[in-house]
Amino acid sequence: MLARNAESLYWIGRYVERADDTARILDVSVHQLLEDATVDPDRASRQLLNVLGITPPKDAQFDVWSLTELVAYEKDNPASIVASVNSARENTRGAREVVSSEMWECLNAMWNAVAERQRYARTMGPHAFFSFVEERAAMFAGLADSTMSRDDGWRFLVLGRSVERVDMIVRLLLARVGDKASSPGWVTVLRSAGAHDTYLRTYRGALDAGRVVQFLLLDRLFPRSVFHALRQAEACLEQLDHQPSVRVGARAEALRLLGRARSDLEFLKPHDLLEDLPKRLGALQKTVRDVGDAVSKQYFHSAPWVAWTNAEVV
Amino acid sequence: MTAPRLGELFNGYLDPERPHAGAYDEMFTAESGVRSAYKALYESIAPSQVSDLTARAEALGRAFVDQGITFSLSGQERPFPLDLIPRVLTASEWTRLERGIVQRVRAMEMFLADIYGDAQIIRDGVLPRRLITSCEHFHREAAGINPPNGVRIHVSGVDLVRDEQGTFRVLEDNLRCPSGVSYVMENRRTMARVFPDLFARHRVRAVGDYAVHLLRALRNAAAANAADPNVVVLTPGLANSAYFEHSLLARQMGVELVEGRDLFCRDNLVYLRTTEGERQVDVIYRRIDDDFLDPVHLRPDSVLGIAGLINAARAGNVVIANAVGNGVADDKLVYTYMPEILQYYLDEKPLLPNVDTFRCWLPDERAHVFDELDQLVVKPVEGSGGYGIVFGPDATPKELNSLRKRIRNNPRGWIAQPVVQLSTVPTKVGDKLVPRHVDLRPFAVNDGNFIFVLPGGLTRVALPEGSLIVNSSQGGGSKDTWVLAPKSSTVERELAEPGLAGPAAPSAMDALAAEQGPELTSSQQQQQQQQ
Repeated sequence: MLARNAESLYWIGRYVERADDTARILDVSVHQLLEDATVDPDRASRQLLNVLGITPPKDAQFDVWSLTELVAYEKDNPASIVASVNSARENTRGAREVVSSEMWECLNAMWNAVAERQRYARTMGPHAFFSFVEERAAMFAGLADSTMSRDDGWRFLVLGRSVERVDMIVRLLLARVGDKASSPGWVTVLRSAGAHDTYLRTYRGALDAGRVVQFLLLDRLFPRSVFHALRQAEACLEQLDHQPSVRVGARAEALRLLGRARSDLEFLKPHDLLEDLPKRLGALQKTVRDVGDAVSKQYFHSAPWVAWTNAEVV
Repeated sequence: MTAPRLGELFNGYLDPERPHAGAYDEMFTAESGVRSAYKALYESIAPSQVSDLTARAEALGRAFVDQGITFSLSGQERPFPLDLIPRVLTASEWTRLERGIVQRVRAMEMFLADIYGDAQIIRDGVLPRRLITSCEHFHREAAGINPPNGVRIHVSGVDLVRDEQGTFRVLEDNLRCPSGVSYVMENRRTMARVFPDLFARHRVRAVGDYAVHLLRALRNAAAANAADPNVVVLTPGLANSAYFEHSLLARQMGVELVEGRDLFCRDNLVYLRTTEGERQVDVIYRRIDDDFLDPVHLRPDSVLGIAGLINAARAGNVVIANAVGNGVADDKLVYTYMPEILQYYLDEKPLLPNVDTFRCWLPDERAHVFDELDQLVVKPVEGSGGYGIVFGPDATPKELNSLRKRIRNNPRGWIAQPVVQLSTVPTKVGDKLVPRHVDLRPFAVNDGNFIFVLPGGLTRVALPEGSLIVNSSQGGGSKDTWVLAPKSSTVERELAEPGLAGPAAPSAMDALAAEQGPELTSSQQQQQQQQ
C-alpha cells in the first residue's frame, strides 16, 4: 500500500471519529446548559473548550450559541466539527482509489451539505446539526465496514479511528474529573459516549462515578471503551507488522506503547481506578500522541518536497 | 418568414436572426426537418414539459456535486456543467471518424519514431528541419529512447469540429496528456440514471470499459521482461484541474495513483514508497507535462517530477506513457503538414481533412493573413485552453495592429484559420432549448496491436450565446455523446452478450424464496391487543 494513502486513511479514520465524538460531546453539553439553570454557561463552556484543547478568544463571554459557533461551525478552529469534516473530505479526495466510491460520496455529500445544515441549525437549534454529523459518521463507518477489503487500508482506517476514540473518551472523562462522585454530570458522560443504554443494562441503573469511569475505561465488551479501542488499535498494528518478532516482544515503538497502555488498564484493580484518575488520563493522552508519532515514523515515510536547484548532469 | 413550429421547447430555435445562423445544426435541417440521427430523441423530448426537464437538470447537477465530479478552475472546485440533451452520431458517421482517427494515430506514431530516431523525413526534404527544431515541445532529451513495444501515443484525443456543410474536420491533435475521458464515462453514467427512458429508445454504444482498454495498452507497453507489470498513474496532485480524472482512471484500472514524491529512482530503476518498503514500477501513465517530469534533464525547479526518470526510461527499465516529446507531433504548425506526413509514411490521403490554415512563418501566407486579418481566427501555436486566440471579426483595429506586431516578432508562433461556424446542437439554457456550438474530442488508445477508439467522446459546448470557444476554462459545458449501434450488427456484441447461464432453460436461474424470521400470528396479535 502506498505510504501516502496509508497516511490519508489513518487520518480519515481520525477526523471522522473526531467529528462524531465532538458532536456527541457538544450535543450533551449544550443540552445540559439549556436544561440545568444552576450551571454557569461561561464557566462550563470554558471547561469544555479546555478539555477539547481549544484556546478561547480573549474576553469572550460564552453561551450556548457562541459555544456551538466556535466548536461546531468555526472553519478556522482546527478542532471544530466543520474543520474535521473538511479535513476528512480532503484526505479522502486525495486517496479516492483506496476508498470505495460509496464512502467518498458519503463524505462528499456531507461536506456539501454542511453549509445548509448549519443555516438550518442556526435557526432551529444545534441538535439538528449534531445529529446530522453523527448520522453521517455512522453511515461512513457502515459503508467502510461493508465495502472495504480487510487489507492494510482497512487496518490503517480502523487504527486511526481507534486512536482518536481513546483520545476523545479521555477528554470526555477529563471534563468531569472535578465533579463529585454522585454528580448528575456522569450521566451526560455516558450519553456523550452513546453508552447510556448499555451501561444501564450492565449495572442495572446503579449510577456512580466509579462505575461510569470503570465502564468507559475498562469495559472489555463496549466498543467505545478506552480498553476496547486500545486493543483494537493494537490488533491493527500487529496485523500490519508483516515480520513480527515473536521472541522478545514488541519491536515497533507504536505497538509497545499501545501494549503497555492496554496492559496497564487490563491488570488494574478496579478500586484504584478513581485514585489517580487525572494522572492516568494525562498519561493516556500522552500515549496517544506518541503512538501517532511512532506510526507515522514507521509507516508513512513522509517524503519532503524536494526542490532541485542548479541541477547538472556530470 | 415565420419560424416553423417545432414544439414549445424549441420555440424560436431556428430563428434566422440568431448569431451564426449559417452553422450546421445537427438536429434540424435548414428546412426544419429532423435529421435521422435525432428522430427518436426529438420525439421523446419535444412533448415534455419544461418543469420536467428542469427537474432532471437539477437531479443531474446534484448527482455531479455529490459524486465530486469536478474540475478545478484557479483553485476552485467546480462541477463540470453537463447539458441534458445528448449529442447523437449515427453508426456510419462514426465509422468514418474512427477510420480517420486511426489513420492519423498510425501516421503520428511513425512520425515520432522517425523524428526521435533517424529523422528520415527531414533528410528526404519532406519537412524543413527548422520546423522540428524550432518546436518548443521537441525534446532532444528523448532522442534514442525506444519504447519496448514501439508505442509512443498510448492515449490521444483528436479535436474535431463540423463545418457549415456538416463535414468533420480536425481542429487539432492532442498527443501529450489529453484529458476529459472521465467526463465521457461519468456523463453517461449520470445520464442513464436521470433519463432512463431515453436510453430505452436508443441503442447507444457503451463507453464504460475505457479503463480496460487503457490498462491493456499500458501493460502491453511494459518491457518484455516484466512478467506482471506494475502500472501507476502519476498526477501533479490534488490541486490540478484534472485531478478527478486521474483518480477515476487509477481507481477503474485498480492501480496506484501516485505523486512525484511517492516515487524515486535508484540505479536507473524507479521505485514506489509503500508501507512495506520499496516496489519497482514498470509503467508510468503520467499526467504531468514533459517539462516537469525530471528535474535532472528538464525543468530543474520542478517539484512534481522524479529525478532520474529519463535515464531510467532510456535504460529501458521504465516506460513513460505518453512518451516524452510527443508535443512535436501535435504542434499547430506541424499540423498543417499533416497531408504530407500521411503521404510520406502511409501513402494515403487524409480521411479527415484539416481546417484550412495559413502559416504565418511562410512570407506569402503571412502577407495574405495580414491582408485579411479582420476575417480570420489567429491562434498561438503554443496555446491551449482557448487562451490567446483572437477572432478577427470581433477585434478592434487597435487589437489587430498589436496582433500584427506580435506576429511579425514571432512568425513561428502563430497560425490563422478562417472562422469555422461550429455545428450547433440543442442545449438547455433557462427554460428553452437553444442552438449552441459544439466540438468533439474522441479518445484513441493504442496498445501496440490495435488502435481502439472509444465510441463517443467528449462533446464540449460553448454556453454563452454565439460563442465559438468551448473550453471548460472559458465557460464551456459538456454533453453526453451517443454513438448509435448499427441496426443489424453481428459485430457489436457489446450490447447483447449471452449471460453466464447461457441460453439454457431459465429454470437454471430460479432461486429459493427469501427466508423470513418468526412472526406473531394474527390470533396471537389479537390476544395481545385485547389485553
